[in-house]
Amino acid sequence: MEAKVKYYLEIADNAFILSHRLSECSSNGPFLEEDLAGTNVALDLIGLAEPVYNEAAKLNKKGESGDDLAYRRSENNYFNCLLTEQPNSDFAFIMTRQFFMDVFNYYYFMDLANSSDKFLKAVASKSLKEVTYHLKRSSEWMIRFGGGTDVSKEKAQKAVDSLWKYTGELFTASEADLALRESNVSVDLEAVRDKWDQKISEIFYLAHLKKPENDYQMLGGKSGVHSEYMGFMLAEIQFLTNKYPEAIW
Amino acid sequence: MKETLENTAELLKEFEAKIDAEIKIEPRDWMPEDYRKHLIRQISQHAHSEVIGMQPEGNWISRAPSLRAKKILLAKIQDEGGHGLYLYSAAETLGVSRDQYIQWLHEGKAKYASVFNYPALNWADIGAIGWLVDGAAITNQVSLQRTSYGPYSRAMVRICKEESFHQRQGYEIMWKMMQGTEDQQRMAQDAIDRWWWPALMMFGPHDSDSPRTSNAVKWKIKRETNDRLREKFINKTIPQAELIGLKVPDSAIKIIGQDAMGENMYEHSDINWDEFWSVVNGNGPCNEQRLNHHIRAHEEGAWVRECALTYYEKSKEK
Ligand SMILES: [Fe+2]
Ligand SMILES: [Fe+2]
Ligand SMILES: [Fe+2]
Repeated sequence: MEAKVKYYLEIADNAFILSHRLSECSSNGPFLEEDLAGTNVALDLIGLAEPVYNEAAKLNKKGESGDDLAYRRSENNYFNCLLTEQPNSDFAFIMTRQFFMDVFNYYYFMDLANSSDKFLKAVASKSLKEVTYHLKRSSEWMIRFGGGTDVSKEKAQKAVDSLWKYTGELFTASEADLALRESNVSVDLEAVRDKWDQKISEIFYLAHLKKPENDYQMLGGKSGVHSEYMGFMLAEIQFLTNKYPEAIW
Repeated sequence: MKETLENTAELLKEFEAKIDAEIKIEPRDWMPEDYRKHLIRQISQHAHSEVIGMQPEGNWISRAPSLRAKKILLAKIQDEGGHGLYLYSAAETLGVSRDQYIQWLHEGKAKYASVFNYPALNWADIGAIGWLVDGAAITNQVSLQRTSYGPYSRAMVRICKEESFHQRQGYEIMWKMMQGTEDQQRMAQDAIDRWWWPALMMFGPHDSDSPRTSNAVKWKIKRETNDRLREKFINKTIPQAELIGLKVPDSAIKIIGQDAMGENMYEHSDINWDEFWSVVNGNGPCNEQRLNHHIRAHEEGAWVRECALTYYEKSKEK
């Protein structure tokens, strides 16, 4: 696979898989407004993934459509970070996963908006408005958790402790990513990491939350090695396309 | 005592004069207690229906078969939740809080549309729900835009704009399925077979069996009778089914003439009213599941609501 296609898929898969996790929360929100806000983020993210899949399909020149890429690959050809596929447990966990990803997306797309690749540049610039709103929402929730009740603070800290090990992968460049650095297509992830870290510290300070001492990091998603949860997620996503491969929906 | 009675009679006259003159009743206006009660029941039931209605369609979000289909379904479900919000706001103008409405729902004291107690079993059900269930809802809601209570009427105007999209999107799914493989066609026919009767039941019992209809019509809360609305829906929907090759699951269907607009009018079988009352009274395939789901999500969210409230109180103190 050409580096550029792989890189596009990393971006699209992150958005598509996280959107899927959020879409599973529909009708499960803590109150109606928040239920709808979650669906809204799910919609923004799938709206981000769709054009990137379409463009990747074009670049790949195998006669596939964007839908084929989203719906018909095998598990080890999905390149989303492990963070995005972590299953929903409670609202603090869902929001913390979102917060880590929103901070990443915010700085990542900010830099990607200067990419030499015209398509990525356009996608990034367009997404920034939405991503800025996502980050505002999730950071406000982190602060609310920390400053709310003992229960909410405890749940948020637990979520942070449990999800921390998946944050390092966000900044671990794949081979495809590195291959596109010199031509300025991809973004320097170390620079994004610094800004991410700074923002996390700032919000954690306001939220009275702590970074975990254990800094062990899990990798795999970007190279197609996923968690056990991924297969079940894909079983649902691909159910109809697998069962009725000839059908057009 | 006598004075208050006279006073009430005066107020009632004023109220009725407004109704006659098609002037909307607003939250601050005096209204008969029965009028308020009727609205509390009807608007909250409508709000709950929008919200519970998110569940059967939600059953297919994770299995939506294309990016476009998934986006449309998510947006549709989000719209329905938004309708729930408008309607809870309208219902709150009657002096009852959303918390209280939700509590009544959980205690089984408030109902929601029975149609959502049927299961969504295959992807074509998402088409059938949009086309038939939203279609039936619009038929009813279009007439409710003229309802006499201002906040309810205004909520209906906003809602109707979005509902017609839902119906078109649902019909588009059915059309696509009928253009597709044999399996897809089978799924589409299966979906209309299961959703046709529940959709017709949405209009409620025959007017002759509907105890509340007369007051509601007199006060112009309800602008058309159940049976009249049901006929409108049937006449509009049968040709749509035939156009894409679907068969309405009623062998008695036959054209009996044309209305003033030249549209066909149809004869059809009567609804299975035993099933209707059985589902209304709690014995549908999903009654328990839908309500338990809502209760569980609400209970699981309790700490979040408390957190938000506590944080808000604390930041006010600062
Ligand atoms: Fe509705
Ligand atoms: Fe609705
Ligand atoms: Fe609708």
